[in-house]
Amino acid sequence: MSNAITMVEAVNLALHSEMRRDQSVMVLGEDVGVNGGVFRATVGLRDEFGMKRVMDTPLAETMIAGLSVGMATQGLKPVAEIQFMGFIFPTMEHLIGHAARMRHRTRGRLSCPLVVRVPYGGGIHAPEHHSESTEALFAHIPGLRVVIPSSPARAYGLLLAAIRNPDPVLFMEPKRVYRLNAQPVEDSGETLPLDTCYTLREGSDITLVSWGAMIKETLEAADRLAQQGVSCEVIDVVTLNPIDHNTILASVDKTGRCVIVHEAPKSGAVGAEIAATIAEKGLLSLQAPVARVTGYDTVMPYYRMEHHYMPSTADILEAVNTTLEFS
Amino acid sequence: MDTVFHGEIHLRRYLSDQGKPEQVLPDWTHSPERLVRYYRNMVLVRQLDYKIIALQRTGQIGTYASLLGSEAIDTVVGDLMAADDVLVPYYRNHALQMLRGLPIEDVLCYWGGDERGSAAAALGDDFPNAVPIATQSLHAAGVASAFKVRGEKRVAVTLCGDGATSKGDFLEALNVAGAWQLPVVFVVNNNQWAISVPRSIQCGAQTLAQKAFGAGIRGEQVDGNDVIALHEAVSEALKHAREGKGATLIEAVSYRLSDHTTADDATRYRASEELKAAWEREPVKRLQTFLHEQGWWDERQEQAWIEEVGQMIQTSVDAYLARPQQPIEHLIDYLYAELPNALEEQRERLIRNAQPGGSRHE
Repeated sequence: MSNAITMVEAVNLALHSEMRRDQSVMVLGEDVGVNGGVFRATVGLRDEFGMKRVMDTPLAETMIAGLSVGMATQGLKPVAEIQFMGFIFPTMEHLIGHAARMRHRTRGRLSCPLVVRVPYGGGIHAPEHHSESTEALFAHIPGLRVVIPSSPARAYGLLLAAIRNPDPVLFMEPKRVYRLNAQPVEDSGETLPLDTCYTLREGSDITLVSWGAMIKETLEAADRLAQQGVSCEVIDVVTLNPIDHNTILASVDKTGRCVIVHEAPKSGAVGAEIAATIAEKGLLSLQAPVARVTGYDTVMPYYRMEHHYMPSTADILEAVNTTLEFS
Repeated sequence: MDTVFHGEIHLRRYLSDQGKPEQVLPDWTHSPERLVRYYRNMVLVRQLDYKIIALQRTGQIGTYASLLGSEAIDTVVGDLMAADDVLVPYYRNHALQMLRGLPIEDVLCYWGGDERGSAAAALGDDFPNAVPIATQSLHAAGVASAFKVRGEKRVAVTLCGDGATSKGDFLEALNVAGAWQLPVVFVVNNNQWAISVPRSIQCGAQTLAQKAFGAGIRGEQVDGNDVIALHEAVSEALKHAREGKGATLIEAVSYRLSDHTTADDATRYRASEELKAAWEREPVKRLQTFLHEQGWWDERQEQAWIEEVGQMIQTSVDAYLARPQQPIEHLIDYLYAELPNALEEQRERLIRNAQPGGSRHE
């Protein structure tokens, strides 16, 4: 029997599992060794796998990314941790300018199978620069996979898949739900598929599309709506680049209505890409405009006011009702 | 007060600007073999450089970063690296890539706007050149980390210009190389100019080599136009790294005898007297004079070699010009190991638009 574990424990379990299975997997980052990571995602790895495979790096994010590029091209599988999304920007030159195009620019001679893990998102009363959701900045980049789990079981299977993937993956961990709900996760060593949406709940009246921590509010909204007799299909996008639009389009074709929910600011976000694709390819199946429930186009507030920024279950219910009432 | 740190930077130099020995030469220079090889390679890459510029001026190749003035650095580093060491080059190192096995045709291909120029299997694990400044320094540290983790006796060698030493990436790479005692050699081609910005306003330190002190690694300055000095410095640095003793920073002082690239016009910012004076110190002539005086090279050999090199280059130019375009689908197919479903439609569109009659057919 498997014990119920949290998402951060599932990440830790996946790292242990894959490091045992594959000697080429390395973990590196700030405080990932002796301290086990600021969220304890890497706890125990240093004891089991030693300093050579679990590296406490100097405090320099550009270096962590650049080093990972160098290691990945030489047959290692670095799994780098960036402590918070707000500190990821120095890595971008290496992820975008090198990792994402190494296979392409060498016509397959070299590749860059690295994973960058990063906790992201608001709602835990963290200091400034610790709560942003900037996935769209990365999802825009050809060649860079962006993967976001929303439950412990998916965190386990998707992280294994990300590490085994032969190309670079940004693995974003919604830290608001790191320890929220425990669920049984078997250490099976089995991956979950990338590049595909996960339909969490089938329904016929409306399609709710979300990812990461907002899956929690989205499912809560679906539960309440079910009580009112509204059947919601809930889709967890999971891989934000490349996006499996087909699953979303097929659902919208069935329901005719769609609400997209994300924590990131509204403009230029991944939700806009999904809405645009529905407009391009699913317009005639729509019975109402696509609605978006998102953060605001402003700087993430400090923690005292952050609840005013975060999309709520009530926001989703309101958007669903407006969409359902449209005629 | 106690002195808690003391450091000195030495300049290594054997041959004067005019090619005369300034001190006792190392034993290996007592026979001609290696020095003549260095000379021949330097002539080859310089002739290639002239040819590429001519191709650019006649519209047969794209914007090009000339290697003029860095022949000695690339030649010596390329010669001394072991085959299974890894080169992590920047965009002015195509001579070095050539000496590591990249066919001339592929060099032309790269500058001719064709990704296949970085694809040659002959490059092994070597990196393609880095266009963003100093990023390669960190990649080399990562490569060296891989060697160290696996206990391999291989060395990562990376080069950059003087401008790159101002970047965080460079300093972060030195720092981690020192902290982890990585088998890496950093060679700075201090050619005095970062496009229009001279070395004097790039950095307030008297030498770039002394940046090694802040990272706890070896650092030295070497005359980058003197193959003997370069040979000594690079050999020692490679040996040091291979023996597990850690990294070295070599500041090779050279001069950019060309414009930054063919899109640049250095007369806008650089005095012609300075360039003229630099030609008096340049590396090819310096070694040629030395070889002449040793009786190891003469005018007849010079002419024969130039002719041979010219034919070799022309054969490669012909092959480059005759190379068929890469298949259009390669613009998408190499992005991922496997094509994601999400890209299939765009791939079909790309192929359709490129066909005769298509919207993006030339």
